[in-house]
Amino acid sequence: MRYMIILSVADLIVKSNIANSQLFSSYLTSMLSKQHSGRRLFTVALTLSAGALTISRFRISSTADQIRKILFRSQFIEFDQLIEFGMAIKVGIVVVLLAVASICEAVAIFHPISESHLSAALELFSPVAGSFSSLEEAYEALRTFEVLGIEKKPDIKDDTCNSVVDTLSSMSSNSRDLYHALQVNGLLKCKTSKDALTGITSRLKDAVKDATSLLDYYHSIGGLLLIKDQSSEVDVLLKNADGILRSIKALSQSDGRWRYSANNPESSTYAAGLAFETLSGVIQLAASTIDENLIGTLKKDIVKLFDSIEKYDDGSYYFDDKHIDSSGHQGPLSATAAVVRGLTTFASTSESLNIPEDKILGLARFFLGIGVPGNSKDLYYQIDSLSHLENNRVSVPLILSIPATVLSLTSKDKFKVKVNTVLGSIAPPLSVKLMQVFSSGSKDGSVLKQELHFDPKEAIHMLDALPEGVDIGEYVFAFEIVLSDPEHKRKFATGGRTKVPVHVTGVVKVDDAKVAVLEGDIVESEKKLDLPGKNDLALSANHLQKLHLSFLLTTPFGKPFKPHQALLKLRHETGVEHIFVVENSGRHFETTLDFLGLVDKFFYLSGQYDIELTVGDAVMENSFLQPLGSIELDLPKAPEKATQPPPQAVNPYLRYGPKAEIAHIFRAPEKRPPQEVSFAFLGLVLVPFLAFLVGLLRLGVNLKNFPTSTIPAAFAILFHSGIAAVLLLYVLFWLKLDLFTTLKTLGLIGIFLMFVGHRTLSHLASASAKLKSA
Amino acid sequence: MGKSPTTKDDAQALFHSLRSAYSATPTNLKIIDLYVVFAVFIALIQVVYMAVVGSFPFNSFLSGVLSCVGTAVLAVCLRIQVNKENKEFKDLPPEHAFADFVLCNLVLHLVIMNFLG
Repeated sequence: MRYMIILSVADLIVKSNIANSQLFSSYLTSMLSKQHSGRRLFTVALTLSAGALTISRFRISSTADQIRKILFRSQFIEFDQLIEFGMAIKVGIVVVLLAVASICEAVAIFHPISESHLSAALELFSPVAGSFSSLEEAYEALRTFEVLGIEKKPDIKDDTCNSVVDTLSSMSSNSRDLYHALQVNGLLKCKTSKDALTGITSRLKDAVKDATSLLDYYHSIGGLLLIKDQSSEVDVLLKNADGILRSIKALSQSDGRWRYSANNPESSTYAAGLAFETLSGVIQLAASTIDENLIGTLKKDIVKLFDSIEKYDDGSYYFDDKHIDSSGHQGPLSATAAVVRGLTTFASTSESLNIPEDKILGLARFFLGIGVPGNSKDLYYQIDSLSHLENNRVSVPLILSIPATVLSLTSKDKFKVKVNTVLGSIAPPLSVKLMQVFSSGSKDGSVLKQELHFDPKEAIHMLDALPEGVDIGEYVFAFEIVLSDPEHKRKFATGGRTKVPVHVTGVVKVDDAKVAVLEGDIVESEKKLDLPGKNDLALSANHLQKLHLSFLLTTPFGKPFKPHQALLKLRHETGVEHIFVVENSGRHFETTLDFLGLVDKFFYLSGQYDIELTVGDAVMENSFLQPLGSIELDLPKAPEKATQPPPQAVNPYLRYGPKAEIAHIFRAPEKRPPQEVSFAFLGLVLVPFLAFLVGLLRLGVNLKNFPTSTIPAAFAILFHSGIAAVLLLYVLFWLKLDLFTTLKTLGLIGIFLMFVGHRTLSHLASASAKLKSA
Repeated sequence: MGKSPTTKDDAQALFHSLRSAYSATPTNLKIIDLYVVFAVFIALIQVVYMAVVGSFPFNSFLSGVLSCVGTAVLAVCLRIQVNKENKEFKDLPPEHAFADFVLCNLVLHLVIMNFLG
């Protein structure tokens, strides 16, 4: 029961866009507050899986974001907890699927092709750089446009036609390229010469003779069939039709699937679909009549294939290829599309193909249940198959769709039903009867046989008045389509009883709402509330008293109503919140907060608490979340061991916002000695220098050995000046030069100095040697 | 004078004999000795300064002390090579030794200036 509620709530959120996710989150909190942590996981998993189911059915990815946002807003869930839910989610999905399967069967709504498919086609098939990348893609795009009634642009036509003519006239194209080119030609009607077609015909006929694999047969027979449609003058008839049929049939398997070639053992349903198409083509191209027994065995093969059909719960049938075959086609969509194509082309060649009509309707439902596919190939498969189903000779499916599943009692909506073919065209004259109405969850419903009134202008069947006893809530309506012309019964597939979910909403009356502060059992102060209007209470209570809230809820028909959420929230001024569920008995809702027992839960926080009342339900049009005012609570002081209130969530924008700017703090410079001390020591260092000079004088230093004659004197002077220059260079180096310039200059001066010094010192040496010898 | 010779007298006698022996050394050696004493003094003053104000920046202190010590060492080498009584360096002309002294000093002071910072 609860699971259905979750599903339908998620469904409603998606469909009728109730942005009131606060209700949903408060619903979650109500569910969770009542449960232990183990079940908490399970409940959230259920919700997530309900959301996941909704997503997978309707492929709306925004639901995931919505649900994620809702869950994050709900305070019980933190991100870490969600990670743990992975396992629980899997369990949850299994359980929900089982629950869904057991409780509700085939309750789903299908809609025929609509405007959204047109816009998707235009978007997905827009050619890159003005032309399609291959003829196969061009054909897919053009066929989709043709079925949906979209006009082709003339410049694309020209480009594609050029490519078609090139392929048809080139000698190197194989039967596959020719097939695709002829397909496009059939749609665009490009100008091709009769000679080209004749040449191609003979090549294709040779290809048929030499064919060994299914795809060879498929492309060549398909090409010949297309040429037959495009030009009446070329002879395409096959002489050995019987033999070809037998060789194609040789590739079939006993389980109904087909193999691709004799030496390749892998088989697939997709290949079976191609085989049927090829066989019908051979029958159409036969020069002489074919053996009836052979056609009979082929029909049996088709029926055999339908034994392997698979079913979804909502009544759609499909074929699935368990193995991925060599050509890369995989998945139920391509396999089912191939089978539908093969089936309908085969049925068009011969009467009396025995396929039950509910299977055809199921195939149509499968394609419609996809919604709007996301890529071009899927869209092509969907649209192509549906166009084949639209006019097939087995039975044409009729789709019953509901434009709006939510009815409002207040606005007195009339319930509308549409019956169309799969592509949205008008159905033959028929009448729709409402057979049964089940209220949510129950298996028995009241049996009516109410016929809906048909409005020919809008082609809608309308229910004039809702059946008796349909109050607000969720229902399942069971319809039956009755065709006016009994001849049509064989032609069209109506599908027996179609069940659709309906939500009836209305305004719920809130009466007699009052809040009271009780001392023991005696009412201390009582105030009447105006719900759902504005209220501004100012109560006060201490921990010995109780707070009592009560109100009545009635449906538009006067019956008692239990909403999904009836919650009372008390929020302290520091932000700590407490939520209580308002219980009911029949119509009467009340809750009593006994503060004596709640003192510990409130973390002993005294002060002003804001009161908020939430009453909401999916079918309640006036769900409300009203602040009622505030209550001043006086609680005793917290004892030593009391639990601390949970820390309030930090505003994520503040947490990740820009941080304070850091100014770089430079290293404090080392302490330098005061200047006076430094100068004192500088003077002190000079003292030994002076002492040195004085000492030299006392020793009697003289310049007697200084050379007197000119040249040696000059050299001597240069020697001394050179040394002085080097010392000066060192001083400059310390003051401002860098090492490299110093070294350069030093090198230059050094060379000079060497030369000069050598001269001087050798002169001095010779002078002293002369003196010694003399 | 019947006094026994005291240590003080001995020290004084030693000191006098050293002084008289020292005055016999040639003048150029005395110049070099004076130079060495002067360099050592400056090194000592620098060490005292460092002890007073702390060793920041250490590289400057090291370069100062090492320049004094280095130049003192080079002067001692010069003295050894120039000393006529040293038989080992008899054939080495003193100008050659002096040229070495000058060159080594210049290289030493380049390094010192670089390290001074």
